[in-house]
Amino acid sequence: MLLKDEVQMLRQVPLFAGVDPAKLKLLAFTSQRVSFSDGEVLFHQGDPGDAAYVILSGSADILTGSEKGLIKVAEVTRNAIVGEIAILCDGTRTATVRAQNPVEALRIGKEQFLKLMSDFPEITIGVMRVLAERLSATTAELTIARSKLSLN
Amino acid sequence: MLPAVLLLLLIFLQSVWLGIITATLVAIQFTIIPRMRRRLLVLGRERQLTARQLSGRVSEIVEGIGSIHAYDTSNVERADMATRLGAIFKIRFDIYQWKFLVKFINNFLSQLTPFLFYSVGGYLALNGRLDIGQLVAVIGAYKDLPGPLKDLIDWDQNRQDVQVKYTQVVNQFAVDGLLDPRLQTLTEAPDAAALHKPLNAVNLRVADDSGAAQIERLNLRINPGETIALVGEAGHGAEALAEAIARLVWAKGGKIAAGDVDILALPEAVTGRGISYAGADAWFFSGSLRENLVYRLKHAPLRPPTRDPESQKRRDWYSAEAHRAGNPDFDLEGDWIDYAAAGVDGPEGLSKWFQTVLQTVQLDRDIMDLALRSTVDPSLYHGLAPDIVGLRRALRDELASRGLSDLIVPFQPGTYNIEATVGENLLFGTAVGPVLQNANIGKNAYFQSVVQRDGLTQDLFSMGYEIAQLAIELFADLPPDHPFFQQLTFMTSDDIPTYQALLQRLDANSFKTATEEQRNQIIRLSFAYVEPRHRFGLLTDALRAKIVAARQQFHDHLPPELQDAIEQYDPERYSASANLLDNVLFGRISLKHSDGADRVQAAVRDLLVSRNLTDRVFSIGLDFNLGTQGKRLTAVQRQKLNLARGLLAQSEYYVFNKPLQGLDARMQDQIIRNCLELLHADGRRPGIIWVPANPRQAEHFDRVVVFKDGGLVEDGPSDALLARDGVFKRMLQA
Repeated sequence: MLLKDEVQMLRQVPLFAGVDPAKLKLLAFTSQRVSFSDGEVLFHQGDPGDAAYVILSGSADILTGSEKGLIKVAEVTRNAIVGEIAILCDGTRTATVRAQNPVEALRIGKEQFLKLMSDFPEITIGVMRVLAERLSATTAELTIARSKLSLN
Repeated sequence: MLPAVLLLLLIFLQSVWLGIITATLVAIQFTIIPRMRRRLLVLGRERQLTARQLSGRVSEIVEGIGSIHAYDTSNVERADMATRLGAIFKIRFDIYQWKFLVKFINNFLSQLTPFLFYSVGGYLALNGRLDIGQLVAVIGAYKDLPGPLKDLIDWDQNRQDVQVKYTQVVNQFAVDGLLDPRLQTLTEAPDAAALHKPLNAVNLRVADDSGAAQIERLNLRINPGETIALVGEAGHGAEALAEAIARLVWAKGGKIAAGDVDILALPEAVTGRGISYAGADAWFFSGSLRENLVYRLKHAPLRPPTRDPESQKRRDWYSAEAHRAGNPDFDLEGDWIDYAAAGVDGPEGLSKWFQTVLQTVQLDRDIMDLALRSTVDPSLYHGLAPDIVGLRRALRDELASRGLSDLIVPFQPGTYNIEATVGENLLFGTAVGPVLQNANIGKNAYFQSVVQRDGLTQDLFSMGYEIAQLAIELFADLPPDHPFFQQLTFMTSDDIPTYQALLQRLDANSFKTATEEQRNQIIRLSFAYVEPRHRFGLLTDALRAKIVAARQQFHDHLPPELQDAIEQYDPERYSASANLLDNVLFGRISLKHSDGADRVQAAVRDLLVSRNLTDRVFSIGLDFNLGTQGKRLTAVQRQKLNLARGLLAQSEYYVFNKPLQGLDARMQDQIIRNCLELLHADGRRPGIIWVPANPRQAEHFDRVVVFKDGGLVEDGPSDALLARDGVFKRMLQA
């Protein structure tokens, strides 16, 4: 997959919806293309966050640790971004991400990601929108789970 | 002296008048000239002083250059230097002027006398009062006079000069408080029994340079075999006691005694070996890591070297000369390493001991990494080259077994290495010396001629053109200091305007119309291209084949003058110009895995262990030169190495004064545990006195002594102190 194909993929990512393709090309150029084999872990929960990954092909599971072991909480496939929380919040990874099948991803380093967001505010707005949507989805699920719990 | 007097007498005998003239002028020379020269002595002394101060200032500036740049005080330093240089020049100018004035007067007076002879003597001769013969005799006699006179004056001058210099130098050494030389007599096997006794601090009072007391009236007993943590806030006495035991600071009142004997009265031969100290400040000299470690054990020349008769004669001469000068004649070329002091019986045992000690302070991995990154001359390490070449295949197999076979793309003659740049693929070797280094290769006529075959130059031109276009498209709008420029390996931010202008004048088909210079600028860009990294899609299979063909051509017909300028990649040969790791990898690490480099190094380390090569690679790591003051190591590595050096000798007491201050808490904890385990191995039980950087670390020790305001406030095992609600408990809660 060439640089220009990666740019086409990035345009499909909801996060980068409003960004000028020329800037996306720059982002792709300064990022690293990485591959993971089936079952390989992209990062572990608790690791320091140093990069975000945009899935170009394949899919990966998002797992969090609990007393019962790792629980799958979500899945990411093509054109999804994963790992952006740890870079934004300067903390550690909130979950483990493991490839379900061979995955090709674009690894966007923390410095590059933050610089991109500070240079191009439209990206920041896009990121905020996505996070807000996720938050509302999680809140909805929480409400359902709590009401189920209170009924029992 | 005597010839001068005789000549004067002769002149007097010939003519009294002329004699009087001569005597007067000689007297003037003899009295005035030395007096004038005295001024020169004063100036000379000043010049020496100012020159010495200047050199001291220069070395200060060099040491503090970092602060000077950080505080923007470079102009103050310039002003200081310029003033000093001006002052020195003024002194030298004065010396110069005065010296030549004196010379002038001397010469003038010397020439005046014959003039007077001719005039006065001539007058007297004309008047008949003097015989021509007498006049001629006098003139003849005078010719020989200035010589001895001048010598006399010069000798007197020299004598005074040297006397002044001598007094100045000798005064430098009249210092108060010089150590008794008997404390440092050369001893080969000192009596260690003196330290097999408890250490007693008796009414100890320690003060710092300004006179402020750090320890007041301390009475403490440390038994051999105890492990003690000295705890307290900074400056409250814990560190001061550690330094006092190590004899770094001397008690202002009271004493520390080993048994009954004041440790300050014990010779350094005993305390240097019997007490091992490591503090937060590490001192290293410019030398290899091994030399810096072994330094701990160099107390006396234990084994003289074997010398051939020629060198032995020279040695005897040096010995005799040293005796005459009152200098020591210890044999520097002998073997000074005291293996017994380290508890080993020879160099091999010592190497093993180094490994153990360095593992204890967790420096072993750093040393392996240093070794892997160093270039070695294979002729110095017998058998290393074939072993390393053998590792290449083994590494591929190892990675394949871990499912990581695509981690390394090996160099194979006849194949294009996709993870290496176009330039590296063309050259397929390491450049030795400047002829084919970096940019020079593009200018080399032979290289150009090879590349021009098959129209490769044209292809590279098109490639470079596209790269330029893409680079301009991506980076033209960015400010020059934007961090993204670090990712742009083809050109720097300064080159962007140049290439923008170039692209306006050329288009993709202007290969034939472009000038040599322009062509080189464009082709240069293609040399840094790596397809998996840049993903521009410029490297077709056909192009790759052409590049490999050009490579073959380049090496097959290499002219004799370039034979030594390049070392070709050969899978069966060790490359002396590449470092160990590159030699083992013999390829490029694929960028596909984000932590590829770490994984490869881990695999290499495991491989070295399984092939029993750790010892040899470790020994290469120990050859690493630390640079002046050990600056080539990081601060953390220096502290660990300092601690390792403190653990080397088998002492009765070990005193560690916050030796690991720069490390994180978890690592410090682990290393403290490792050290205690090491020092208690094989049934040994030395006394260990540790000033921990964090009071929580005191739990590793049998006994905790708590200091506050220069005095001892609590003393006992750590759980007993915790049960009390005292200073120690409060320190832990803070």
